[in-house]
Amino acid sequence: MALTNEIVKNRLNEKFGDQLTGWEEPYGMLTCTMPAGLNRQVLQFLNEDEQLRFRFLTDLTGVHYPDRKGEELCVVYHLHNMVDGIRLRLKTYVPVEKPDVFTVTELYSAANWMERETYDFFGVNFVGHPDLRRILNVDEMDYFPMRKEYPLEDQTRADKDDEMFGRGGTVV
Amino acid sequence: MSEYNQHIQLSDESVGKQTTTLNLGPTHPATHGVFENILEIDGEKVLSAKQTVGYIHRAFEKIAERRPYYQVTPLTDRLNYCSAPINNMGWHMTIEKLLGLKLPKRVEYMRVLIMELARISDHLICNSVVAVDTGALTGFTYVFQWRELIYEIYEEICGSRLTTNMGRVGGFERNFSDVAWQKIDKFIEGFPKVMKEFEALLTRNRIFMDRCIGAGPISAERALNYGFTGPNLRAAGVDYDVRVAEPYSSYEDFDFKVPTGTTGDVYDRYLVRNMEIWESLNIVKQAVEKIKQIESNDPAQKDVFYAPESDKYHFPPKEDVYTKMEALIYHFKMVMGEIAVPPGEVYHAVEGANGEVGYYLISDGGRCAYRLHFRRPCFIYYQAFPEMIKDGLLSDAIIALSSLNVIAGELDA
Repeated sequence: MALTNEIVKNRLNEKFGDQLTGWEEPYGMLTCTMPAGLNRQVLQFLNEDEQLRFRFLTDLTGVHYPDRKGEELCVVYHLHNMVDGIRLRLKTYVPVEKPDVFTVTELYSAANWMERETYDFFGVNFVGHPDLRRILNVDEMDYFPMRKEYPLEDQTRADKDDEMFGRGGTVV
Repeated sequence: MSEYNQHIQLSDESVGKQTTTLNLGPTHPATHGVFENILEIDGEKVLSAKQTVGYIHRAFEKIAERRPYYQVTPLTDRLNYCSAPINNMGWHMTIEKLLGLKLPKRVEYMRVLIMELARISDHLICNSVVAVDTGALTGFTYVFQWRELIYEIYEEICGSRLTTNMGRVGGFERNFSDVAWQKIDKFIEGFPKVMKEFEALLTRNRIFMDRCIGAGPISAERALNYGFTGPNLRAAGVDYDVRVAEPYSSYEDFDFKVPTGTTGDVYDRYLVRNMEIWESLNIVKQAVEKIKQIESNDPAQKDVFYAPESDKYHFPPKEDVYTKMEALIYHFKMVMGEIAVPPGEVYHAVEGANGEVGYYLISDGGRCAYRLHFRRPCFIYYQAFPEMIKDGLLSDAIIALSSLNVIAGELDA
């Protein structure tokens, strides 16, 4: 029986109950949110379950939402079940003051550099990572450049207004 | 002696150890790009490798957050610059997915044609460079004339050669010229002979085989765990190809094989790429046939090079901009990036020349992306390099690196 989004959703709900929230299917990809402390457990279950078999980590990245208090940083996992050809997107939100997320390097070797990249740009602290250092930026850098408080444009210029970029006012 | 003469003090650790530390890179003629590996070698045997990446990091993801969508296309050129059109088309398709645009068949086939030519040129570079690193320079010079012809085709279509910025959202910026079609025909006609010669030179060449077989291997299981995609994964024996698994741009209309290897060593990767070149050539031929078919069924289709409903996203013809009010308004709005894009998040993957190129785009309805992440296949599979070359010879490490087809621009974003 081919695996569908519906089956994946039911199987996850069966296992984790209502801890997984925010179910959506934007452009056909099943998406849900998991609590920060549960990310490794959920991914391990998806990896080891004989029916789900999400054994390929396609992508891991971060997003910064400065306006969401207490859940400013988002870590996004894209998983892929190559046998049934189905993708799954998982998100976990953490506060920017204490951005702790468990590492998944034991499950996927590919996560090593992707987590380092996410740490490098967003400052997400992957607990248990074997070698959490900056990867693309210089080691001496003391900020996390992809966060929204570092706009690209020169702030001293008066002739350039962020309103031109459709978000009104200044970037927080 | 020179250490003594110049009063250089070596640390005890350095004097005491029995192995040699060797800096391979960041700039080295045999690494074809900015890759730094600090190897610990015992004679010729590699014991460990420490990688450093990021020498040419250019913050594309940050820049993309301040650029209207059409200005992101030149950034994608500079990821895998050996097959830039695939990246361009992948990015356009991501926006089309977000907008829900459907393209006419002719445009999709034109895209397929260009993407397969790009794949051929990318694989040609990779395979001929593997040959160069094993000491066979001749094959490289043979095939580069034909890569040059592919670049001329790009030039005929979009005006540039390496970083192409080809196509627009909804199709192409202009129709293919007659010269472009002639050059494509010339390529289809002349290339197989050269490719056969290239294969005759290397594939069953005893020296080449002895150098490549068993060098830098990886098992299917490890390759999947390391997030390998593309030819490198297929060489390890997994038949995953985005063109088949999730067809985009009408790939489902084409008939082609997905070649796989078994051991995932340099030789298998070389063979898989060679076979893919033949398959790509086959797809190019089919695309030309299909386009001719469409044109003979309906001659009006000859002028279709973008989706008609994408008027709002596609630059109007220049003469219209100068003579018609509406065209001028749209032109202005597009240049200023004032075209409304719905909020949403979308992941789109295309089969790049060295793996699954993914675009994860979060739009908040603004003029530019709220967040854009490129899934860069090189970046993900290059981390397996130390494991692949461990306990092999130093010379195997060099060809393993070139056969992985790691592109510095894509690695460092």
